[in-house]
Amino acid sequence: MGAIWFWIVAVMIAAYVVLDGFDIGVGILYPLLARTEEDRRVMMRSIGPVWDGNEVWLLAGGGTLYFAFPLLYASAFSGFYLPLMIVLWLLIGRGVSIELRMHMDNAVWRSLFDGIFFLSSALLAIFLGAALANVVRGVPIGADQYFFLPLWTNWQVGPHPGILDWYTVIGGLVAFIALATHGALYLATKATGELEERAAKFSQKAWIALCAITVVSLIATVLVRRSTLDNYNNHPILFAIPVLVVSSLIGIRTFSARREHLKAFLSSCLYLTMMLVGACTGLYPTVLPSSVDAAGDITIAKSLTGTYATHVGLIWWAFGMLLAAGYFAMSYWMFRGKVSTDPDGYGH
Amino acid sequence: MDALLLHRIHFAFTITFHYLFPQLTMGLALLIVILKTIGITRADERYNQAARFWAKIFAINFVLGVVTGIPMEFQFGTNWSEFARRTGGVIGQPLAMEGVFSFFLESTFLGLFLFAEKRLSRWAHWGAAFMVFVGSWISGFFIIVTDAWMQHPVAYRLLPNGTFELTSFWGLLMNPWAWLQYAHNMCGTVVTAAFVMSAVGALYVLDKRHTESGRLFLRVGVIAGLISCVMIIFPTGDLHGRYVAKNQPAAIAGMEGLFHTQKGAPVVLMGQPDMEQQRIDNPLVVNNVLSFLIYGTTSAEVKGLDQIPRDQWPTTLPLLFYSYHIMAGLGTYFVFLMIVAALLLWRGKLFTTSWILWPILLSFPLPYIANIAGWMTAEIGRQPWIVYKLMRTAQGYSTHVSVANSLFTLLGFLGLYSLLSVLWIVVVYRIIEIGPDPVDPPTGPRTSKPDPARELTNA
Ligand code: HDD
Ligand code: HEM
Ligand code: HEM
Repeated sequence: MGAIWFWIVAVMIAAYVVLDGFDIGVGILYPLLARTEEDRRVMMRSIGPVWDGNEVWLLAGGGTLYFAFPLLYASAFSGFYLPLMIVLWLLIGRGVSIELRMHMDNAVWRSLFDGIFFLSSALLAIFLGAALANVVRGVPIGADQYFFLPLWTNWQVGPHPGILDWYTVIGGLVAFIALATHGALYLATKATGELEERAAKFSQKAWIALCAITVVSLIATVLVRRSTLDNYNNHPILFAIPVLVVSSLIGIRTFSARREHLKAFLSSCLYLTMMLVGACTGLYPTVLPSSVDAAGDITIAKSLTGTYATHVGLIWWAFGMLLAAGYFAMSYWMFRGKVSTDPDGYGH
Repeated sequence: MDALLLHRIHFAFTITFHYLFPQLTMGLALLIVILKTIGITRADERYNQAARFWAKIFAINFVLGVVTGIPMEFQFGTNWSEFARRTGGVIGQPLAMEGVFSFFLESTFLGLFLFAEKRLSRWAHWGAAFMVFVGSWISGFFIIVTDAWMQHPVAYRLLPNGTFELTSFWGLLMNPWAWLQYAHNMCGTVVTAAFVMSAVGALYVLDKRHTESGRLFLRVGVIAGLISCVMIIFPTGDLHGRYVAKNQPAAIAGMEGLFHTQKGAPVVLMGQPDMEQQRIDNPLVVNNVLSFLIYGTTSAEVKGLDQIPRDQWPTTLPLLFYSYHIMAGLGTYFVFLMIVAALLLWRGKLFTTSWILWPILLSFPLPYIANIAGWMTAEIGRQPWIVYKLMRTAQGYSTHVSVANSLFTLLGFLGLYSLLSVLWIVVVYRIIEIGPDPVDPPTGPRTSKPDPARELTNA
């Protein structure tokens, strides 16, 4: 039962990264790719009807984590207090800027929210990547299962690191580059004309950086936590995951060169999913490793809630996910295709 | 500063601010469905136009509800980690279900409702509005199940290490406290929406702009307002109050300012609780009424605070007393206002009677105050317990988060939310200022300003 809930939460987080990832990516690219007000409007419209639904994966995933692993939720959320609060403020800024920008046809008003939209998207990507890297690296969990991390200490990976050290900064960069690429590929499927060209060109350049940072991060992870490789060594079949990461990178490149934007975007979805699945495989069955002493690790077994709750949970969760998948299919189908540029048209 | 107090202020401030938005959106979702239903069944384009106008106000409030709601979901872990660790096995369930069952539903159909009117048939668009309504009301239900469990714990097993485990799924969802609280609270959301709609209507009518729309808003707002204002007192407020009296005697004694156990206990209409002398100063009382309201007989004995150990008295007792009296006092005023307005509407005089239009216009902030006061009553009345009689609030907060950190983030939220309030008011004001689109656009120059918000929505 523990393993099932571990993977349920992992899948929900992956869904969040893949889906909200592209609208965060569009936000990162916003000042870079948009030249005219028209471009900005197309970029906003490409995510307008879906970004809120995408963000719900974070909430539903967080809620599910709270329900299935209360100890993990309590320990991690209080331990990462400051960065989480900053993430909240960034989410507020982002949501508000998307919604408020269009309410006034005034250059200052619009520039203000354009700026907030870009900044909050960029910082959010970095913080999310750093957060994941913190979980992989481990935190100084005390005897009472709690810990508290300052934002930074000496930037070194030790038993008492800060939220930001050289390793987690790499994690932040991976997320930043990966989501920017992801957003560009998404935009290429949605935009037309010059904007589409620019997005496609950008994704090809970013791809090189993405390959480089992926390799760096994999090496760094093995250096920082050797035991990441244990599961892989015990079950060599799992090396299929890194193989899939590499193939998805190749896929992005080939499809993008052939101007098959949708397939390139789907390859990028696969890339993000496999990176996360790879990280989770490295952790399993730990959910939050201790940087002080492996006996202090928070594991699935320690933090899983009662059997009755996890059993009924499975029933409503499966039912709810079926519904959610239906809504998403319907919504993406309704808003399929290119964004119209006609101000009075159906563009969304 | 005391860490516990700081975490309490942190939570109370952020949730109070959050609740400014859902209380309007939940009520408005219902009213929009009603407008659209009338629009379609009577083939009256004015009602569709009204629905489109309110959808814009809905959208902005919805987004603010979303962005201020996310911090609530996080704060159980960040600020109340001991509480989260011990009770997550029970209340994590409704919170996770809220995400899975309502937020997905709501966000998807809101996207369709706002962005796809032209692509959908009339009834399909009505369906989207209806699903938004269902989603937001389900969301309110799961949150109230969570809160009700803290007020009146059911369906749990307490393990030796202090954590709670769920023992019955339906037991949790069928908690009688939750259903009473839900019924009362949802009436409160309709009150807010109805008052806001009537106030905008009164503004347009008094201002002689968009008068056609203004009359329509007044008609719908006053009728919905009358029904919800009556229902919030009877049966929902009455039943909820009796249930509180039975299960949380300390809370009811504090709400009513009843320091001494009494037969034929009075209702205090006004007064100031005096903690030193343990009595109400300058009381304005009606004898026997409290006993009657709770037990149905004027001679029944009602437990006063003197029967409750001092360390189990609700903390900040005067605040509890005032909150309750503000809620109930405003509730009484609302009923009077709406009865008079409805009578005038029925006689066909509402739209020309400025002595009633003015109070309707000016009263729109009051339901917000009443709803917040209601929550203050419920939450302070529960003190000093975070899980009633099982776990004290003082045992619940995150001991590893320093006072410096929580003060920093509290100040951050204060600043950020002040900015959000300003933006919220500016944008809503502009939507009201621009007004609904005319039903038959005149062929000459447009009468209303072009609306930039149409860019994204194509409404
Ligand atoms: C427009 C808002 C509004 C109005 C006019 C009223 N209420 Fe209320 N009341 C609420 C909005 C509200 C609320 C915000 O919805 C609360 C907070 C928690 C809850 O479930 O509902 C609430 C709670 C609440 C409680 C529960 C307190 C607890 O749980 O400890 C009682 C006993 C009442 N109300 C009683 C009344 C009575 C007798 C009213 C009429 C005179 C009344 N309310 C008017
Ligand atoms: C501890 C308490 C609360 C938490 C943790 C919480 C959490 C949240 C979250 C995370 C959202 C955003 C959802 C999205 O992305 O769509 C939200 C919105 C919402 N909340 Fe709250 N909330 C709380 C209190 C309440 C209360 C008391 C109510 C009403 C009874 C309520 C009703 C709603 C509704 C209807 C929405 C949808 C957005 C809207 O209409 O504005 N919430 N809440
Ligand atoms: C939406 C309207 C709500 C308002 C205005 C509100 C208001 C408050 C206030 C004023 C306090 C501080 C009381 C005191 O400590 O003296 C408080 C505390 C608290 N409330 Fe609520 N509340 C609301 C809804 C909820 C809901 C829905 C939940 C749970 C799901 C909740 C959970 C808590 C918790 C955990 C605390 C902190 C611990 C405590 O003081 O008991 N509240 N709230």
